Amino acid sequence: MAVTTEPRAQEGGAAPRHRSATRSLLRLWPYVRPVRARLFGAAGVAVVASCLGLVIPLVLKWMVDGPVAHRNPGGVWLGGALLLALGTAEALLFGLRRWLVGRPLASVEASMRADLYRHLQRLPVSFHDRWASGQLLSRATTDLMLLRMFLAFPLTFLVVNGVTVLAGFAILLSQEWTLGLVLVVPAVPLVILCSLFERQYATVARTVQDQTGDLTTVVEEGVLGVRIVKGFGRHRSQARAFRALSEQVRSTELHKARLLATLWALIMTLPELAIGAALVLGTVRVADGDLSAGTLVAFISTALTLRWPVESLGFLLAMSQDAATATDRYFDVMDAEPATAADRLRAEPSRNPGQEHEGQGGMRFEGVEFAYADAPPEEPPVLNGIDLHIRPGETMALVGATGSGKTTLTALVPRLHEVTRGRITLDGRDITALTREELRALVAVAFEEPTLFSATAGENVLMGAADAGTEELLRALKVAQADFVHALPEGTDTEVGEQGLSLSGGQRQRLALARAVVGGPRFLVLDDPLSALDVHTEALVEAALRRVLASTTALVVAHRPSTVLLADRVALLSGGRIAAVGTHQRLLRESAEYRSLMSGQEAEEGESSP
Amino acid sequence: MTTVEEERESADGWDDWHDGDGDGGRAAASDDPFDRDVLPVPKGASLALLRSLLSPRRRRVWLAAVLLLLQQAAVQAGPLLVAYAIDRAVPALRDGRHGPLIAVGAGYLGCALASGALQYAFIRASARISQDVLLDLRGRIFRHAQALSVDFHERYTSGRLISRATTDVESLRELLTDGLEELLGVALSVVYISLTLLYLDWGLGGAAVLSFWPLYLLIRSFQRRSMRVYRKRSTAIAAVIVSFTETMNGIRPVQAFRRERANDARFGEQNHRHERANGDAILEMARYVVGSRLVANAAVAALVLWGAYRVASGSLALGVLAAGALYLRRLYDPIDRLGMFLNSYQSAAASLEKIAGLLAQRPSVPEPVAPAPLPPRPANAPGREVVFDGVRFAYRTGGEVLPRFDLTLPAGQTVAVVGATGAGKSTLAKLLARFYDPSDGRVLLDGVDLRDLALPELRRGVVMVTQEAFLFSGTIADNITIGRPDATRAEIEQAAKAIGAHDFIAALPDGYDTDVRKRGGRISAGQRQLVAFARALLADPSVLILDEATSSLDIPGERAVQRAMDTVLRGRTAVVIAHRLSTVETADRVLVMADGRIVEDGPPDRLIAGEGRFAALHQAWRDSLV
Repeated sequence: MAVTTEPRAQEGGAAPRHRSATRSLLRLWPYVRPVRARLFGAAGVAVVASCLGLVIPLVLKWMVDGPVAHRNPGGVWLGGALLLALGTAEALLFGLRRWLVGRPLASVEASMRADLYRHLQRLPVSFHDRWASGQLLSRATTDLMLLRMFLAFPLTFLVVNGVTVLAGFAILLSQEWTLGLVLVVPAVPLVILCSLFERQYATVARTVQDQTGDLTTVVEEGVLGVRIVKGFGRHRSQARAFRALSEQVRSTELHKARLLATLWALIMTLPELAIGAALVLGTVRVADGDLSAGTLVAFISTALTLRWPVESLGFLLAMSQDAATATDRYFDVMDAEPATAADRLRAEPSRNPGQEHEGQGGMRFEGVEFAYADAPPEEPPVLNGIDLHIRPGETMALVGATGSGKTTLTALVPRLHEVTRGRITLDGRDITALTREELRALVAVAFEEPTLFSATAGENVLMGAADAGTEELLRALKVAQADFVHALPEGTDTEVGEQGLSLSGGQRQRLALARAVVGGPRFLVLDDPLSALDVHTEALVEAALRRVLASTTALVVAHRPSTVLLADRVALLSGGRIAAVGTHQRLLRESAEYRSLMSGQEAEEGESSP
Repeated sequence: MTTVEEERESADGWDDWHDGDGDGGRAAASDDPFDRDVLPVPKGASLALLRSLLSPRRRRVWLAAVLLLLQQAAVQAGPLLVAYAIDRAVPALRDGRHGPLIAVGAGYLGCALASGALQYAFIRASARISQDVLLDLRGRIFRHAQALSVDFHERYTSGRLISRATTDVESLRELLTDGLEELLGVALSVVYISLTLLYLDWGLGGAAVLSFWPLYLLIRSFQRRSMRVYRKRSTAIAAVIVSFTETMNGIRPVQAFRRERANDARFGEQNHRHERANGDAILEMARYVVGSRLVANAAVAALVLWGAYRVASGSLALGVLAAGALYLRRLYDPIDRLGMFLNSYQSAAASLEKIAGLLAQRPSVPEPVAPAPLPPRPANAPGREVVFDGVRFAYRTGGEVLPRFDLTLPAGQTVAVVGATGAGKSTLAKLLARFYDPSDGRVLLDGVDLRDLALPELRRGVVMVTQEAFLFSGTIADNITIGRPDATRAEIEQAAKAIGAHDFIAALPDGYDTDVRKRGGRISAGQRQLVAFARALLADPSVLILDEATSSLDIPGERAVQRAMDTVLRGRTAVVIAHRLSTVETADRVLVMADGRIVEDGPPDRLIAGEGRFAALHQAWRDSLV
């Protein structure tokens, strides 16, 4: 059941599912629910404020037709006071609206982001393999900001402006229906044209975004691959490629500007034409005495007040459409099943307490198969029936050609990937019967690509064991020959990782190794832990590591004879199976493939005495 | 756990999050300008940059300015026509004259059409200008980044460089396409309306102008306060982005070491800090909106009151009052938006300064003014001779890496360079590839100073393959032909076969036409290095430098590369830097480096037989092989 959600998430999840915008947006409700009172309150306040704006022209009319027409200077004071009161109320109410929703909406955004982060951390590694981190990041930042903006403006103002427009039209029509009609009728084509253009505009805007993305890729590659570009003297052709792409961006941007220009021309012209017509008609009727001058002033003033609410409907709808897309993108990720979902299914049948007895200890692979979920079905599985038993306390080296699946096999033990068939047991217990928490406390790992987090060097090492202290830290640093840490500006308290001091590949690898051994784990999985070290350091690390390995059950991926020698026995991985298991010497003697992997020579010198 | 991020004074969040691709553990010197984001910017560089971007388009800028002037005039004519209609057309009609009414109608129609048409023309003209400026600027940044030398790239992290070309250009784009015309429009409309009001009535106009004073004070204080709030918010989102990216990129160790809960707590804290800053920013904006609206509405009320009073007492025409009321509402309308534009203006100014700082950097490895040619190479000549003549190298910020030395590599010789990390091996190689220029002395290729060689000539002569085998987007074949763009498919395959890369490439779904980005995750580090080798083979240089280029290969892969070097590259001058001594055995000569000096130099057999460092290293390595 975890599998069914996966296919549609591939390629960054841009799967175009035609779901109505409203239905998408309704999914936001659980997050909006806690702040609903304030949100609705704010909408109400905004409706009132906006309608107050409509009353102002009426006051104007009253003043013109009343005190002004009657040459009664004292009478205008009341009108002035009324205007001031209305203006103050309008300003305060708009402020109140922002104050009501400001913090609550920031908290909606934050809680959606926290949920996304929490969810993502618990999604299986296979999910992360498919999704670029940039895609996830844009969901956590741009999309969520868009949603907050949507809740703050378009959602409210679709209601507010809708009500304002209707109220305004009612006022216009009720005062003088013929004049009103002249103003109201052009609004209909205007809204339709606006939303039409907005839709086209959105398409072009998205094209610009895509093209800018391509441009960014060229920039990134030009910077990251600068040594190659320079090394082969290719900067001119890179610059040409960049120019071609940026010219493409420019022409799309100009297309976008053309649409925008048309849209604005319409927005400027249509209402003005209507107002002009109303003005001419109104003037005639004032002259005829059918209409008071105050009514005409109020009319024009109301029409001007209504311009923004009418014009905005088009782009408010477009923004809502964008928000719906952002919601879909957000829930694409949230709908993926976290790794724990697979537990219950698999755990039950394999839990066999009391079955543990001699010979079942250590780490055991039984008929383990693994295929990537997105691999085509005709492709053979990467691992195809692995049977291997690592005895308690034993160190097993795993050797195989490039691309034979060594790293994949190591990822199965801490359940970063799930076995497709078969099972892995630790001291007789099926790893799927353990919670991930338990399992990962039992197994420590060092990866081929050592990743350090933005924290101090000491914290990075101590991540390996929750309860380890300074003593263990120092011991682990010694084992990994990572004593260089003491020479850093602030010793073990030096910040490393993306935000801190950048360390060389070899230094990072040694810290990662220290992290793996710090807690004295029962099971250790090391993926080519010494690849980035120079010969001298490698020898020192090996000597220290040997002592640690003596007391743990370990699986060590090895490329070099020197690493293999850390192990008691060697397993040769070939064609998705364990082709041979034995001591280094025995395999050198008996397996041509092993011999070629270890020495690069073909089967000429068969004997190699211990 | 970490709170360093807060203290960072970065104006935009994107700067910090992809910094830090390791540059060899060089301890950060805190006074190094490269440790901070701010490159030294000469005074007035931003303005000069802006001027140089705009001056080629001077005529179009003027055209746009005139269009905007006319457009605003057309837009602002409306209320004036209302006044005319009430004060002149109505009495005229009553007298039976239709002329003024027709004038009003025609005027309004004309203004409506003109304002629409002018708006259209202005948007297109200004879009042309801003897009041309952006095209120009993007190209300059890109070309400049490519021209800057490798030592610059090693110190100014790729993340910062990328954000100069993307985020900073983007904030300029926002200002140019969205903000600037609004800002100019607002400014113009304020001027027009004030002038019109003054023309209609001195008193009303003067009072309206006076009301700008409190508004100006309000905007200034908002600007000051909002800058603080916005900066806090962008720092907060930067921290969120860094945490987020770090977790997602390191999801394997995160899960394997059960960091989920600790991360939740840490992220929660940063997220919460951003939430607060975000709320602060929204409320700051709310305060501004209330303030400006209050001032504006009060001004409107007071002015209308005064106008109405004067109409009632007969000293002002009714139409003037009506026009005044309409104008006043328009006058204060755009003030809300002004706050936002000011903000985008500020961030664009900051971006422009950062870009100007980048563009002010001079490449430390400039192209020669008068390039010298390399002497022609006879068809069977064994590569070219390399001479380091009194070369010394130190970073410009201090710190000597290579003390003065002399070294001659005869044509056709394969030289292995060994030594511990930081001994100066890579620097030696980079001097030879002219990624750096020596601080003193010369590097000569067949007697010609590298600094006198035109870049294409240099790159045909010297090619370097490094440890980081970067693949560009495109197909495998595209990546190999970077070495020689005009190579045929047969030549590409030949190069790949020679290096032992053909088999894995042929096994990919689309063979040589496989898109590396789509399959990128499944092409292992070793396979990438093989592609990089094929690229170098195809380029067919006379001097080849391998900088730990076999570190990710397994032993059979390494052997294949060695075989290829023995056959295909026989007769090339080669410099090989390697951790693994297996590569070294096939060399004609070994240089052992320590602390920037060459401490041992000789054929491998002699060094092995001796008592020196290399003999000891070699013994340790032999032992490890068993």
